Amino acid sequence: MKKIYVNEQWCLACHLCEYYCAYANSGLSDMVQALKDKPLHPRIQVEQRGTVSFAVNCRHCSEPLCLKSCIAGAITEKDGLIVIDQDKCVGCYSCIMACPYGALMPSESGVMQKCELCATNSHGLPVCVQGCPNQAIVYEER
Amino acid sequence: MQYVIIGNSITSVGCIESIRKHDTTGAITVIGEENHPIYARPLISYLLQGKTDEQKMTYRDEGFYQKHGVQVLTGRRVEKIEVEGQLLRLDDGSSMQYDKLLIATGSIPFIPPMKNLEEVEHRHTFLSLSDAKELEAELQPSSRVLIIGAGLIGLKCAEGILERVQSVTVVDLADRILSSILDEEGSARVQTHLEQIGIRFHLGDSVREFCGQEALLTSGKVVGFDILVLAVGVKPNIALAKDAGLAVNKGILIDQACRTSNPHIWAGGDCSEGWELLSGERRNLALLPNAYMQGETAGYSMAENEQRFENAIAMNAIGFFGLHIITAGIYQGEDLCFATEKGYKRLFIKDDHLVGCILIGDQVARGGIYTNLIRSRTDLRTLDFAMISEQPALMAFAQKVRSEQLGRAQ
Ligand SMILES: Cc1cc2nc3c(=O)[nH]c(=O)nc-3n(C[C@H](O)[C@H](O)[C@H](O)COP(=O)(O)OP(=O)(O)OC[C@H]3O[C@@H](n4cnc5c(N)ncnc54)[C@H](O)[C@@H]3O)c2cc1C
Repeated sequence: MKKIYVNEQWCLACHLCEYYCAYANSGLSDMVQALKDKPLHPRIQVEQRGTVSFAVNCRHCSEPLCLKSCIAGAITEKDGLIVIDQDKCVGCYSCIMACPYGALMPSESGVMQKCELCATNSHGLPVCVQGCPNQAIVYEER
Repeated sequence: MQYVIIGNSITSVGCIESIRKHDTTGAITVIGEENHPIYARPLISYLLQGKTDEQKMTYRDEGFYQKHGVQVLTGRRVEKIEVEGQLLRLDDGSSMQYDKLLIATGSIPFIPPMKNLEEVEHRHTFLSLSDAKELEAELQPSSRVLIIGAGLIGLKCAEGILERVQSVTVVDLADRILSSILDEEGSARVQTHLEQIGIRFHLGDSVREFCGQEALLTSGKVVGFDILVLAVGVKPNIALAKDAGLAVNKGILIDQACRTSNPHIWAGGDCSEGWELLSGERRNLALLPNAYMQGETAGYSMAENEQRFENAIAMNAIGFFGLHIITAGIYQGEDLCFATEKGYKRLFIKDDHLVGCILIGDQVARGGIYTNLIRSRTDLRTLDFAMISEQPALMAFAQKVRSEQLGRAQ
């Protein structure tokens, strides 16, 4: 299955992936309208220190600890894609406790959110990857 | 092949899902005493709080049993396991043969003796959906609720009902709340938060006697109440296993493949006692992730695709009125403490390994990075510990490790 992978040496720490992610999951068709003067809640996050930077998002693990730890049964797997049903989530933080990558976080409403490779929003393909100017994140089979 | 599972809850789901990864044809039957399809047990307090409803709190979709080819008997209780004939006796007089059996009978409430307890009319436990509904049916805006037990279940119950009643008072024998998962500083912080929201505590105290609508405490205090909730603790439900002659301690003894002392019987979840990673001892870990993963491990073994569950640790995420807590592992060795106005973190380090953590409030973000260090027994000398102890981040790992984490299919 195609997933997002990180080429750390190419990351410019421009944070564009975060903007594209927040836009892609805003439900709005206009990027400016989606982002201007609003707090960002991206599902991909750039870690940065000195000259090193890289983006972190869900790895879509084959043994998803978040799914096994979810007390609500809100996290499910379908054909390798790990998705969260925000209607079922009660915001207990069990997935945050479990994820080895720190890839889940609360959404604006307090329930959890995660990268779903843009398969569950209107875009279909990861918008962060399309927006990355330097191929520091790629969407491919490995 | 006839797989039979006693108990229709989390452990059982883990087992069904893993059996079906390897055996798509064997018959699976689940026998569950509760008269509900499977639901997310920890959500019963969220149900009372209005954060979920019965529809949403199903642990798996409606089509789950059918999709996995499972026959379910709800509202049926197994009365006896006859190990010689590999036979179960059910409460309706029927019997059922098994080739491979999973015991996933969970927990039952632990209720210490209290004088005149039987005479308390409005008395509840808080372990099941029926418990929650029965409690809910009695709640009135004027109700004064007394909860015995300031542990996870008692306090979740308190959170669930506080806004629907006049008052909630919690009594616990321990001198601090959540004493099984927090240190003193952590307990004090969470208690202050809960008191500010309106919960009253009598700690280091216990009920000496019930007298009508009043509880007389050992300290001499008197607490008036309309509804009583007993949430002192839970204990593994081992009656069937014990009766069948399986090796038991507090829980049913299992190995790392979740096998019991009988070659045709597996056990897992709250009723069991399996190997805990950090102590090297058998422990009863009555927590949901452990239940799922033990069920899953048992299922793999039952379907003859044995996988060992070798890194079981206690790990828990819990929150009260917006204050979140993540705890994991054991609290031994040297420790590092960080306190902020809105949070608290304590890390426990033993022999260059992280063995425990307590994260509260603004310290919970990305807490899984710590629990992973604990579960994977990562040697802390292989990473920048000063950096990671300040904040959980993948930046602290060696670049080579990180390129595996983020560059390889997981
Ligand atoms: C209020 C509450 C909040 C919780 N919150 C959390 C939390 O935040 N995080 C966490 O990790 N854990 C939490 N837990 C614990 C978690 O729910 C348990 O660890 C988990 O449910 C264990 O699953 P299990 O399948 O082993 O057993 P259980 O869920 O206890 O299920 C056992 C089932 O077996 C059935 N059964 C028993 N005997 C028989 C018999 N003879 N015949 C037929 N059926 C039988 C029972 O009726 C029951 O349905 C909470 C528990 C409660 C009660």
